[in-house]
Amino acid sequence: MNEHLKMGSMSRRRFVQSSGALLFAAQCPVGLSRKAYAGDSGAMMNSFVRIDPNNVITMLANNSEFGNGAYTVMSMMLAEELDVDYRSIALEAAPTTPEYYSPLFREYLTAGSVTTGSTFIPMRTAGAKARAMLLEAASQSWEVPLSELATREGTVVHAGSGRVSTYGDLLEVIHRLNIEPPDVVALKDPSEFKVLGKPARRYEGPGKVDGSAEFGIDIKLPGMLYGSIARPPVHGGSVISFDATEALAMPGVVKVKAIRAGVVVLADSYWRAQKASAKLKIERDRGANDGVSSEQFYSDYRALADTPGMLAEDIGDALGVLKASDDVVEATYEMPLLAHATLEPMNCIAQVEGDTCTIWSGTQYQSNDQEVISRFLGIPQHNVTIHRPLMGGSFGRRSSKTADYTVEAVEAAMGESVPVQIIWSREEDIRSGHYRPLFVHKLRGSVDASGMPEAWHQVAVGQSLMQGTKHDPTYMVRGMDIYSLDGCLQEPFGVFPYGTSYQIPNHRVESHNAPKSGIVPQEWRSVGHTHTGIAYECFLDELAHKGGIDPLELRLRLTKDHARMNRVLSVLREKSDWDKPLPPGRGRGVASRIYNISPVAQAVEVTVAENGDFTVDRVVCVVDCGFAVNPLGVEGQVEGGLSFGLGGVAFGNIDIVNGEVQQSNFHDYPVMRLPQMPKVEVHILPSDEPPTGIGEQATTPIAPAVANALFNATGRRVRRFPLSSQGFNLV
Amino acid sequence: MKLMVNGSEVEVTSEADTPLLWVLRDELNLVGTKYGCGIAQCGACTVHQDGRAIRSCVTPVAAVEGKAITTIEGQASEAGLSPVQRAWLETDVAQCGYCQSGQIMAATALLSSNPSPNDAEIDAAMAGNICRCGTYPRIRKAVHLAAAMMAEGQSA
Repeated sequence: MNEHLKMGSMSRRRFVQSSGALLFAAQCPVGLSRKAYAGDSGAMMNSFVRIDPNNVITMLANNSEFGNGAYTVMSMMLAEELDVDYRSIALEAAPTTPEYYSPLFREYLTAGSVTTGSTFIPMRTAGAKARAMLLEAASQSWEVPLSELATREGTVVHAGSGRVSTYGDLLEVIHRLNIEPPDVVALKDPSEFKVLGKPARRYEGPGKVDGSAEFGIDIKLPGMLYGSIARPPVHGGSVISFDATEALAMPGVVKVKAIRAGVVVLADSYWRAQKASAKLKIERDRGANDGVSSEQFYSDYRALADTPGMLAEDIGDALGVLKASDDVVEATYEMPLLAHATLEPMNCIAQVEGDTCTIWSGTQYQSNDQEVISRFLGIPQHNVTIHRPLMGGSFGRRSSKTADYTVEAVEAAMGESVPVQIIWSREEDIRSGHYRPLFVHKLRGSVDASGMPEAWHQVAVGQSLMQGTKHDPTYMVRGMDIYSLDGCLQEPFGVFPYGTSYQIPNHRVESHNAPKSGIVPQEWRSVGHTHTGIAYECFLDELAHKGGIDPLELRLRLTKDHARMNRVLSVLREKSDWDKPLPPGRGRGVASRIYNISPVAQAVEVTVAENGDFTVDRVVCVVDCGFAVNPLGVEGQVEGGLSFGLGGVAFGNIDIVNGEVQQSNFHDYPVMRLPQMPKVEVHILPSDEPPTGIGEQATTPIAPAVANALFNATGRRVRRFPLSSQGFNLV
Repeated sequence: MKLMVNGSEVEVTSEADTPLLWVLRDELNLVGTKYGCGIAQCGACTVHQDGRAIRSCVTPVAAVEGKAITTIEGQASEAGLSPVQRAWLETDVAQCGYCQSGQIMAATALLSSNPSPNDAEIDAAMAGNICRCGTYPRIRKAVHLAAAMMAEGQSA
C-alpha cells in the first residue's frame, strides 16, 4: 500500500479505537474465570469487560453489528454502569465460546431483534460489577469507606480528600489485594440514567463516514488469494467436468478446482479471479431441481391449501359458523421468494492449517459456523477460530443455517498454504442465495350482524424454515413451524406466548409444510411476518370492508383486551390524522403487528395515478418497544425496517424457471431508492417495561398497510405480490 | 500506468481493462470504495473524477489515466472531516455503513454543482445510490445540513 494514500492520522487513530481491534480478538487475554486476571497488562474484570493499565476499557461484544446498532446499545449499557463515555470504550468481537452464547438462544447468534432486550441486564451487570471492584480497590487502598467514594468519567473520586485515581491505575490494587467480583450488585435505577434512554449516535459511526470502517470484504491478509466461484445455474446442480485451460492462462490466476459449490478460480486479485471464472468451460449435472419453478410452487401450494392442514389453533367453531353463513369472504394471498440482497455481498476468508481453521467472516451466527466447519473438517469445534468484522447488512442472510458462504471458503482454502477469500458477485448473490420462502395463504371469514369479524379460517402453505434442522425441537410444534404462522395465533404456540393481539371469537388456523424443494429457505427481516403479515392484515381489511367498519376502528375494537396494542392504535389514530378525509386518488391503509412482543402499527398515505404508478407519501409508525435504550437508534431502525419491507412488497420477486433464478442484479431485482422513500414519522411510546426489540418490528406492518391503502384509493385488492406484478408501480 | 489519486501520483500495474474499483481496492488498498453490483446500479463504488461523481466499477482504469481521482479516503483534510462527512455524523446517517462512502461521494459532487439543492434535486441526484438499510430520510436531512454548513463558509 502506498503510504501517502493513507488517511489522515486522526481518522486512522479513531479506526484503531473503534473497529480495528475487532480482527484480533483472539490474541487478547480472554480468561473468564473469576481468578483469571491477566496480571501484568490488562485485567478481565468479567466476561465482557477488560481494563488495561492505560485506562482503556474494552468491551467484548457477543452480538454482531450489521447496522442493527448492537455495538451502540451494548456500549451504552456498559458505559452507564461504569460511568464512562460510551464512545471511549474499545470493542472486540467476543470469541466463539459458550460463555458468550446468547442466554436466549443458547448459541452465539444475533437474531430475532433480541440484542437490546437480552443484553440489557447482563451488560449493565458486567459494568456494575467492574465498577464495584474498582470502588472496593480504592476503598481498601485509601482506607476510606465505600460510601464516600464515587465514580466519574473513568476515575474513582474521594471528595473528602480530593483523591482521584483512574480505573487503570487501580488494577494494580485489585491484583495485589486479590479483589474479587461481587456475587450480586445493584444496578442503577432508571431515574439515575445519564446514557440509557438518551439519543446516542452510532458507536462505530466515525469509521463509516471516512471509509475506515472495516467490513469482511475489505480485509487483506499477507499472501491471501481471492476466489471467484462459478456456481451452478440450477440450485443443487453439480459439476461433471471442467476445462480451465483458458482460465489458467489468464494473468494472476493461481489455481482452478472444483468444490461442492462449483468451480473456484484462485487468483491474486478478485477482478482477475472473476474475469478468469467467466472463461471456464463446465459440464454440469442440472440435478433434481431442473424442473422446479415458482409457478409450479404457486399451483401446488394452492392445491394444498384446499386440503386440511395440521391444526395449529381452533378457537370456537370457525368451520361451523362459516358453513352456516351465506356470505363468506374468501381470498388467497400469494407471496414470492425474496432475496436479501445485502449491499456487501457474501464473503469469507478462510485459512486451514493442520487441524485448525481460522475464518474472517461477517456473520450473525458464529456458533453454527464453527459447528459446521468443525464437522466438515473433522476437527474439534474449539480449533475453529472466528474473527468477526463489521457487516454490510444482513437482514437474516448472514445467519445461514447451512453456513453456505462460510464453509465453501474453508473448502476452497483446503490444501492452500495461504488464506483464501471468496467473494460473491451480485449475480451470485441474487441467483444462488437462500430466500424468504414462497407462501400461499388461503383465508375464509365472515362478519356478524354488527359488522365485526365472527369467524376466521386460515390455511398457510410454504416451506418450513426449521423442519429437519437442529432447531426442529424448539421451533416446530406438533409438526408445524411456528414461523410459518408468525403473528396469526391468539393462543400460546411453542415458545411464542401468542401471535396476534386481535381477538376473533371463532378462529381456526392450519398449516402445511410444503415439500422441501432444493431452494433453501432463510429468515428475511421479520421472518414469517413478511408473508403472514400481508395475509392476515389484508384479509382483516377485507372483513372490515365487508362489515362496513373503518379498519383502524376495527383494530381498536379487536384489541380491547390488549392494552399495549390498543394504546399504540389510539395514538396512531391521532398522530396520523386518520379521520381527516383525503382527496380522490389518495388512500390510507393501516396494519398492526406484534413482533417479539413489541406492538407496532403504521398508517400510510398513498397517491395513485390512473396508470397504477403510486407514491407512498407518508408513513406514521407508532411503536411500543418497552424502554427505548437509544431513541435515535430506534427511529433509524423504524425508518430502515419499513424501507426494507416496502421495497419487498413493491417489487421484490425472485422468480424460478426450470430451477434457475431469472433475476441477477439490481436492474431486475429492484430495491428501494431514495426518491421512493416516504416521509416517516416515528412515535415511540414512553415505557418503563423491559426493552423488547426494534430491528424487525417496523418491517411487519408496512407491506399490508400499503396494499390496504391502494385498495382504499382504487378499490382494487392485490392478492398476488409484489405490487409491481399487479400493475401498481412505486415511483 | 500512472494515476492521480487523492492528490498523489501512483503507479499501478493492473491490466488496462481492470475497473478502477478493483485497482483502488486490491492494488492501492483504498478499500473505503465498495463493490456492490459491478454494473453501475448501486452507487457503492462512487468516486470523483475531476470533481464529478463516477461509478468506478464500470470505469476501466485506462480511462482515468492522468485524471484526478478522489475517493472517500481523500475527503478529510488536515482540518478534519469535510462538511458532508460532518453532516453525516451529526445526522447519524449510517446503519451498516457499507453504502455510505458512495452516498457521501455522490452528495459531495451534488453540492459542488448545486450548493442549495431542494428535496427533488436531492432525490434525483442520489437515486443511483442504494442503501439497503433504508437510511434515506437521514440522507436527505444530512445533505440539507451539509449545504447549510457550506453556506456558512465551512469549506468542502
